[in-house]
Amino acid sequence: MSDIQYIDGKQPHQREHRLIFKNIDRVGWNPSLDTYRNDGGYKQLKDALKWEPKAITNEVKKSGLRGRGGAGFPTGVKWGFIPPNNTKPVYLICNADESEPGTFKDRYILHQDPHQLIEGMVISCFAVGAHLAYIYIREEFPEAAEILERALEEARNANLLGDNILGSGFNCQIHIHRGAGAYICGEETGLIESLEGKRPYPRIKPPYFPAAMGLYMCPTIVNNVESLCHVKHIIQMGAEEYAKLGTPRNTGTRIVCVSGDVKKPGYFEIQVGKMTMGELLNDVCGGPKDGRKFKAVIPGGSSAKILRCDEKFNVSCPPGTEKREISFEEIPLDFDTLAACGTMAGSGGVIVMDDSRKMSWVLNNLNKFYAHESCGQCTPCREGSTWMRKITDRLVAGKASPSDIDTLNSIAYQIDGKTVCAFGEACSWPVEAMVDKFRAELVSETSEDNESIAHSAESEAQRRFLQPQG
Amino acid sequence: MSDVLNNLVASPQTPGTKHYAPFAVTDEINAQADKRIAQYPDDRKRSAVLPLLHIVQHEFGFISSDSIDWIAGKLDIEQIKVLEVVTFYPGLRQTAPGKFHIRVCRTLSCAMGGSYELVEKLCELTKTDLSKMDPHHHPIVVSPCGQYSVEFAECLASCGTAPVCLVNDDFHEGVAPDMAGDLLNKYKD
Ligand SMILES: Cc1cc2nc3c(=O)[nH]c(=O)nc-3n(C[C@H](O)[C@H](O)[C@H](O)COP(=O)(O)O)c2cc1C
Ligand code: SF4
Ligand code: FES
Repeated sequence: MSDIQYIDGKQPHQREHRLIFKNIDRVGWNPSLDTYRNDGGYKQLKDALKWEPKAITNEVKKSGLRGRGGAGFPTGVKWGFIPPNNTKPVYLICNADESEPGTFKDRYILHQDPHQLIEGMVISCFAVGAHLAYIYIREEFPEAAEILERALEEARNANLLGDNILGSGFNCQIHIHRGAGAYICGEETGLIESLEGKRPYPRIKPPYFPAAMGLYMCPTIVNNVESLCHVKHIIQMGAEEYAKLGTPRNTGTRIVCVSGDVKKPGYFEIQVGKMTMGELLNDVCGGPKDGRKFKAVIPGGSSAKILRCDEKFNVSCPPGTEKREISFEEIPLDFDTLAACGTMAGSGGVIVMDDSRKMSWVLNNLNKFYAHESCGQCTPCREGSTWMRKITDRLVAGKASPSDIDTLNSIAYQIDGKTVCAFGEACSWPVEAMVDKFRAELVSETSEDNESIAHSAESEAQRRFLQPQG
Repeated sequence: MSDVLNNLVASPQTPGTKHYAPFAVTDEINAQADKRIAQYPDDRKRSAVLPLLHIVQHEFGFISSDSIDWIAGKLDIEQIKVLEVVTFYPGLRQTAPGKFHIRVCRTLSCAMGGSYELVEKLCELTKTDLSKMDPHHHPIVVSPCGQYSVEFAECLASCGTAPVCLVNDDFHEGVAPDMAGDLLNKYKD
């Protein structure tokens, strides 16, 4: 790959291992079919169409690929959940909603390398027996939607989509479905409801696991953009070679996105587990800004529990070995160790805060996000997310009392695990972790004197429902 | 549309209204809609409600009650099933924005990068009253001249180049607050 040149200033870091992002910021690269094909594109599709579909699923299982959308669930295993005696149509949905704060990787694939995704999708469709697939793309990617639309048209004209693809007898069509600015459409069952033309109220699992009862109540596989791209590379390299990348149980590469208070934020494709938090932040991202120190890091998108940079963890590292104490800097960027440290690798979005940031302000910003994005279907989440926002609103306004911090914590624990969808955890974990790890700082911004302030005064906007209409 | 529904879709005039043609069904709109509807299985036309709403909003700036009637008719569903979708999604609006609608990311990384200051600056330069903004009920504020409108968006998935914003369909990254004027200069007429 040494002949590949990257745009000045956007060269990959030497510690990166570019597979999915091979063509991102590449000199002479554009999203057209010709460019992709001249680079060997769609060869894996041609190969894969000669396989038994089951064999592809097995290959993906063997590769150890885990979903890059958030939960880290093994992709091949998910595919295997389609009921064996199924007679209904099977659908595949590519989750291109990319809305978890801190995550910015799918954006670049969609804008710069759409054919990689399409190739990955058609192979995946063939494996799971889907003849119709949708790319659910967030509305805030208007340019990407156009690029994809063009790429799909090119693929149709070249018989890479449609009937009897490349003479294999396999039919497959892919369409784009644009969202409309709601985070909950990233949750797979909310996404499906949205695609059905309804409000995106997530469905309860069980029983509504998409692989059995998904789009139009038919078996449906929902995968993230990055996950589907990996499928192409698994076919190209073979599962065994692919699994040599990364670490056991945490195979392959993944894109981590770093934002916030570092010298060089950006996206970096690394081998899973082969780089530590310290290496990422200090070596790859250039360390903290001048005169600053790292204070806290959210490691996997805003829903992941925050870590203190002076924290120590007692975990088995590498996974499977005797437990030992490691520092924050020593945490390898994989799924299992981050989970053992009480947080998650999630979507790969690393948000860094230095010692200039107040945690009350950070938490309030996130609470505003979750209060805005709760779909409102279940009470703990709908009421709780807004209540938590109100408490941190007054915390940053200097009007909170120490007992507010306890209330905040108790609300979070009353949401966590008690809702229809995982948004409940997404909105309560940041609060739980922040109170757990920065309680003293939060309490220091409160005052006993505020205990007597009445907080029930509603805003004009809320009162308007109580007034006679007319 | 019945009166009850109509009251729910009152689209008050804004200074931006003058920039948008009133809703009208043309052959072109119809053709665009039919193309979208064809992307879903025959008995699942309802799936096309978002695509059709996007066509309307793109052409006419916002979702009017007439357009809801049209979409309901095209998809053979009750108007309320269109309206419930319109009222849920932050990306769909029922009043006209400015000619240039600016959506600034509000979420953590952009906020750390100064996106709140950027919004203040944009509002100051366009003489827009930011105090009228209310995230749930009036998320969009329109400048008195009707050229611009400002809204907060949640994470636009480009946190590494914060602060970021969308102006209509154009994406802008690394827009520090002091670049507000330069940004507006790109969108004059
Ligand atoms: C509140 C919420 C938001 C989510 N947002 C996204 C998203 O924006 N993109 C995504 O790929 N997955 C998102 N997910 C995860 C999806 O539900 C789903 O697990 C994922 O798309 C599966 O793909 P994967 O197995 O390839 O990771 C979200 C989940 C939750 C609970
Ligand atoms: S947990 Fe929240 S987002 Fe999920 S279904 Fe319930 S109310 Fe909606
Ligand atoms: S926080 Fe602004 S783009 Fe993600």
